[in-house]
Amino acid sequence: METLGGLILFIVGFFTLASIASVSTLGLNICWGVTGLFNIGIAGFYAVGAYTSAILTAAPSVPTNPHLGGYELPVPVGWAAAMVLSAAIAWVVGKICLRLRADYLAIATIGIAEIIRITFRNWGGIAGGSYGIHHIPKPFESLPQPWAEIGFLLIVVAVVAVCYWVIERGINSPWGRVMRAIRENETAAAAAGKDVERMRLQAFVYGSALMGLAGALSAHYLKQFLPEDTEPLTATFLIWVMLIAGGSGNNKGAILGAFVVWGLWTMSEFMTDLLSAAWATRAAYIRVFLIGLLLQVVLQFFSRGIIPEKAPVVQRGEVEAG
Amino acid sequence: MVEFFNDYILSALVLGSIYALGAIGISMIYAILRFAHFAHGDMLTLGAYLAFDQVDGLSWHPVLAIPLAMLLAAGIAVGIDYAFYRPFRKSRPIIMVIASFGIALMLRSVFQLYWGIDDQYYWAIQPPLEALAPFAISAKHLYIGGAVVVLVSATHYLLAYTRTGKAMRAMSDDPDLARVTGIPTERIVVWTWIVGAALAAGAGVLLGMDTRVKFDMGWNLLLPMFAAAILGGLGRPYGAIAGGLVIGGLEELSTIVIPGDYKSAVAFGVMVLVLIFRPQGIFKGRVL
Repeated sequence: METLGGLILFIVGFFTLASIASVSTLGLNICWGVTGLFNIGIAGFYAVGAYTSAILTAAPSVPTNPHLGGYELPVPVGWAAAMVLSAAIAWVVGKICLRLRADYLAIATIGIAEIIRITFRNWGGIAGGSYGIHHIPKPFESLPQPWAEIGFLLIVVAVVAVCYWVIERGINSPWGRVMRAIRENETAAAAAGKDVERMRLQAFVYGSALMGLAGALSAHYLKQFLPEDTEPLTATFLIWVMLIAGGSGNNKGAILGAFVVWGLWTMSEFMTDLLSAAWATRAAYIRVFLIGLLLQVVLQFFSRGIIPEKAPVVQRGEVEAG
Repeated sequence: MVEFFNDYILSALVLGSIYALGAIGISMIYAILRFAHFAHGDMLTLGAYLAFDQVDGLSWHPVLAIPLAMLLAAGIAVGIDYAFYRPFRKSRPIIMVIASFGIALMLRSVFQLYWGIDDQYYWAIQPPLEALAPFAISAKHLYIGGAVVVLVSATHYLLAYTRTGKAMRAMSDDPDLARVTGIPTERIVVWTWIVGAALAAGAGVLLGMDTRVKFDMGWNLLLPMFAAAILGGLGRPYGAIAGGLVIGGLEELSTIVIPGDYKSAVAFGVMVLVLIFRPQGIFKGRVL
């Protein structure tokens, strides 16, 4: 019975983390998949979201590691604030950098992400520095196990469902078609009278807000948030692999990619756990190597992903807006 | 004045030279292959570790370990290009950026696996040379300075006087024109990797001599090196050198007013300003 309970908790945990990752992949899908904005600063927006929500909702910090916070606001307020602040930062970054060509945007976003990470790690006064933020409330945590975990999973699944529904509606609307037009041919889209800069900024801000939300969800799930949780490896790179493997441009692909790649990542952890202790730490690096290799294989041979993007169906007589 | 030199100028020169050597490769790869090479920082780390094996295993002096480290790193870079970037020559350049991002993490995991995650040192901390007092110059600074002069001179000779170097510059100016002129573009691409990776590996050894060897030492330099390449003008190797020195200098001087932890914000700020106000860089590079 005990193993069954453990198994249930494991499966629930897996689905929770994969669902949180799919919030990020959906956000990246708006940026890269649909609009073609090369955002590799996911870790930065993720960190902003996580720390914002943690600071607003966590219990007062212990005197030995003081940080901003102790407001103990309701969790939904924290999540909303996480999205708003990530969006605000994305708006500033986008205003400056979105007119740049894709590669420059890549450098700019990774630069912003690193600066945000450095700031949170070194500025103990706001985010606890390397100690991080602890005692972050988790919805349903007062329930007995496994119901507490299942309750949280249900919230996350609901969040993913809402995100999916909203983005799907957006992509299949005239707005989404303008975004694709910008991705495929910016000059033509501008010539057709579309405000390219404004539309790109919108996509960047919406996508980044979702990345911030993903950060907030994971902070509440883990109940604590440390600077290590914003490592570019997991927070940025895995999300990219998920989206590209799943099928960028397709929301179903984005979610499926998150589950498949997170599944591979978790399975590889199982396998490395079977190895001897001396190899266990080394095996962690082998996992990263294999995920990198997976990305290369997908890029070279399956560049359209598991569920490729579908061309939008334009009904006759429909009027384009935007 | 002497204090100012000891506290800021010396480290600015060392850091600036390392940025410069790394930025040359980034700049040339950007102009010739048309993509931002995100694994360039890890080429620095690779060079530092390849030299570390010679220093540690064969008890060689770090300076003597530079040539072999550069050679091996160049070979590895050509191999990586063949396996992972070549298939995308005709694709959108952004696909190569994603691929190089993956390569950066793959290289990092190899470093962690093979060389571990602890700090490694080529030598013990060196006291300043008494002969040069009151300047706090130690032997490592002389070695680094000498190596920089040799590497930059060799690069200058290659670019200015050899057929390969001239072809590289022609290609970075205009790939299509270079192709119709009969320049063997694929061979020049290979040479670009050799030169870029070798200089990056050299820079990595110098960084290791100055501080320590660690798996993320190069990755942390990626942003200032990009800033240096963009500031100097993409495809302008001499611009990259100037850009590296400027960025290194500004970063060190910034520590007068802001905490040293935020140095990388300075490089970033300079880069954003350049991209907004003079995207072609100081030396009129290409705006891609």
